[in-house]
Amino acid sequence: MSPTVVITIISLSILAVISAVILYFVAQRFKVYEDPRIDDVQAILPAANCGGCGFAGCRNFAEVLVSAETFDGLNCPVGGSTVMDAAAGILGKVPVKVDPLVAVLLCNGTPEFRPFTSVYDGVADCRIQHSLYIGETDCSYGCLGNGDCVRACQFEAMHMDPVTKLPVIIDDNCTACGACVKACPRKLIELRKKAKKDRKIYVACSNCDKGGPARKACKVACIACSKCFKVCEFDAIVIEKNLAYIDATKCTFCRKCVSECPTNSIIEINFPPKKPKIEVQAEAVSN
Amino acid sequence: MLKTFPLGGIHPPEFKLTSGSPIKQLPLPQTVAIMVSQHIGAPASLLVNKGDSVKTGQLIASINGFVSSNIHSSVSGNISKIDTIIDTTGYRQTAVFIDVAGDEWVDTIDRSSELVRDINLKPEEITEKCRESGIVGLGGATFPSHVKLTVPTGKKCNLLIINGVECEPYLTSDHRLMLEKGEEILVGISILMKALGVEQAMIGIENNKSDAIAHLTRLSSDYKGITVYPLAVKYPQGAEKQLIKALINREVPSGRLPLDVGAVVHNVGTAYAVYEAVQKNKPLFERVVTITGKSVTNPGNYLVRTGTAVRHLIEAAGGMPDDTGKIVNGGPMMGKALNNTEVPVVKGTSGIILFPSDESIRPELKPCIRCAKCISACALNLEPYLLANLSARGLFERAEIEKITDCMECGSCSYTCPANRPLLDYIRLGKSTVIKMARQRNIK
Repeated sequence: MSPTVVITIISLSILAVISAVILYFVAQRFKVYEDPRIDDVQAILPAANCGGCGFAGCRNFAEVLVSAETFDGLNCPVGGSTVMDAAAGILGKVPVKVDPLVAVLLCNGTPEFRPFTSVYDGVADCRIQHSLYIGETDCSYGCLGNGDCVRACQFEAMHMDPVTKLPVIIDDNCTACGACVKACPRKLIELRKKAKKDRKIYVACSNCDKGGPARKACKVACIACSKCFKVCEFDAIVIEKNLAYIDATKCTFCRKCVSECPTNSIIEINFPPKKPKIEVQAEAVSN
Repeated sequence: MLKTFPLGGIHPPEFKLTSGSPIKQLPLPQTVAIMVSQHIGAPASLLVNKGDSVKTGQLIASINGFVSSNIHSSVSGNISKIDTIIDTTGYRQTAVFIDVAGDEWVDTIDRSSELVRDINLKPEEITEKCRESGIVGLGGATFPSHVKLTVPTGKKCNLLIINGVECEPYLTSDHRLMLEKGEEILVGISILMKALGVEQAMIGIENNKSDAIAHLTRLSSDYKGITVYPLAVKYPQGAEKQLIKALINREVPSGRLPLDVGAVVHNVGTAYAVYEAVQKNKPLFERVVTITGKSVTNPGNYLVRTGTAVRHLIEAAGGMPDDTGKIVNGGPMMGKALNNTEVPVVKGTSGIILFPSDESIRPELKPCIRCAKCISACALNLEPYLLANLSARGLFERAEIEKITDCMECGSCSYTCPANRPLLDYIRLGKSTVIKMARQRNIK
């Protein structure tokens, strides 16, 4: 073995030992204690980093969970109760029951109901179109149809319907992370309490104009006639700013408001067809 | 060589079709809708109710805060309702609807066309008169003029600049006003000079209006301290900062006002409105609007009462041509497309342009080729391609560092882009988001 190689091996070995000693002491001096439970909790979180919990990613949420006194107000909408129960198990805390939510679109202005009055050929971005002007229809509150919400969704729970020009929400994929709610410049998406069999009854309109202009712009606009408000036996409907709103926590799905609405702006989803008995009665009355 | 600003700028084809058409009075419509927010700042607060009868020039909504403006009735008649009407963006705004009956003016207004040259009011009284008469900047931004005439303590104004540039293609309302109301404008400038306490005023006019330059130069020899400067034709020379740079070669720093370099800029239209308010007691309720377009049969300049629907202007110009693809409110560079012709004329409406459909479609979008033409065109030394990309990707903090809020939205970058990138669309989005972010930070 040539002396050059020997000298190299020896000198590098000495250098390595010295560096190791320095690094050891530095590591001791600047040691940051991290709760090992943070890693455990992060491991069970969905790793979607969607920000639906209100914190900057899953790691941040895990840190918050470990340091939190109780789980009040902390929830991972993506993982739901299974993930939160598991986290509570690791940390020895009591899980808080949170109702699962699902996104719904508060607009039903398809071209059939809401005619086009102008053509927009600018950037296909809802925020830009919203700040420029009212949009291609006469409704200044309705969906612009450029799909900012679809681009914001990372769970493939939304797509644009080419016929209705409105976004479609796939309930099974929706995790209620709220990304679409933030993306919509017209605040058209609401996170509502999930019900059995994905049933929903809600006012699919956000038009705060008075009845006349609202109806002129869109045939299925809420005109705030307050018929639904009167027929509701459970005080679930409030009318504010020329718009009816159904409180999902109070609604019992009796469906009385749906048939009462003169403009069909209240829609029901995933219900069985109405019993034929009622239709027969209605016919008898009309005759 | 003619004066101009050195950095950036473009020269779009001028198409000043109506520069030879004298200003005509537009016949009064049957109803008008006068919006309570026709200016930058807080909307005026209503003083009238449904059923009231009003006279032309009567105050119907009063100033609400320092940066706000009075609104006067532009017609006489009965108020049929107070409701909402769509503005140029299509969103609804509160407006006073008046059924026109005759044309009875408030008694205090001097309706004679006689020129009054003697200025009897004190400087503070002039500012107060502008405030009362609802004078706003008529160049397009509609910033209340009394605010500009109030020099804050610690600042000094030593020069008044009058903007007769009218650099937007098609528009000729300021040009016609300078030709037909030259004397009145010069008296108005003297009034503004007195209010600001300055000895010198410069009128900047682009060289494509040589008749106006000659006319005002001849007249201004009778007025002390007023000089007319011809400027090279370049867009956006009508912007305050560019005009100051062109005329006195001083640069207004980023985020500061012209007053920081000792200058105040007013439009020629504003100078005329100030003349009428101070010497004739006439509040601002009518303005000159250009109605034009390549296929319009009868383009022209009209004196229009505020609240008149755009439809009436189009009818006066011979109706809407069949090939109309877009109606633009304002100039072709900075104006906004209308989606309804019922939109009323407001204090800031400088022109209505009807574009044929082949000119109103956006050309096909292509990828950016990094030619940096947008950077050369930017008069504010910004990098439009970068700002647009940053805001398209949501990197607003970085856009703020790159001075996106300096952008005046002149549209030179989008105009010059060979790949038809929607640069200004994205920059506007970024600018408004950054302003919102900064406001929230200030609240915290």
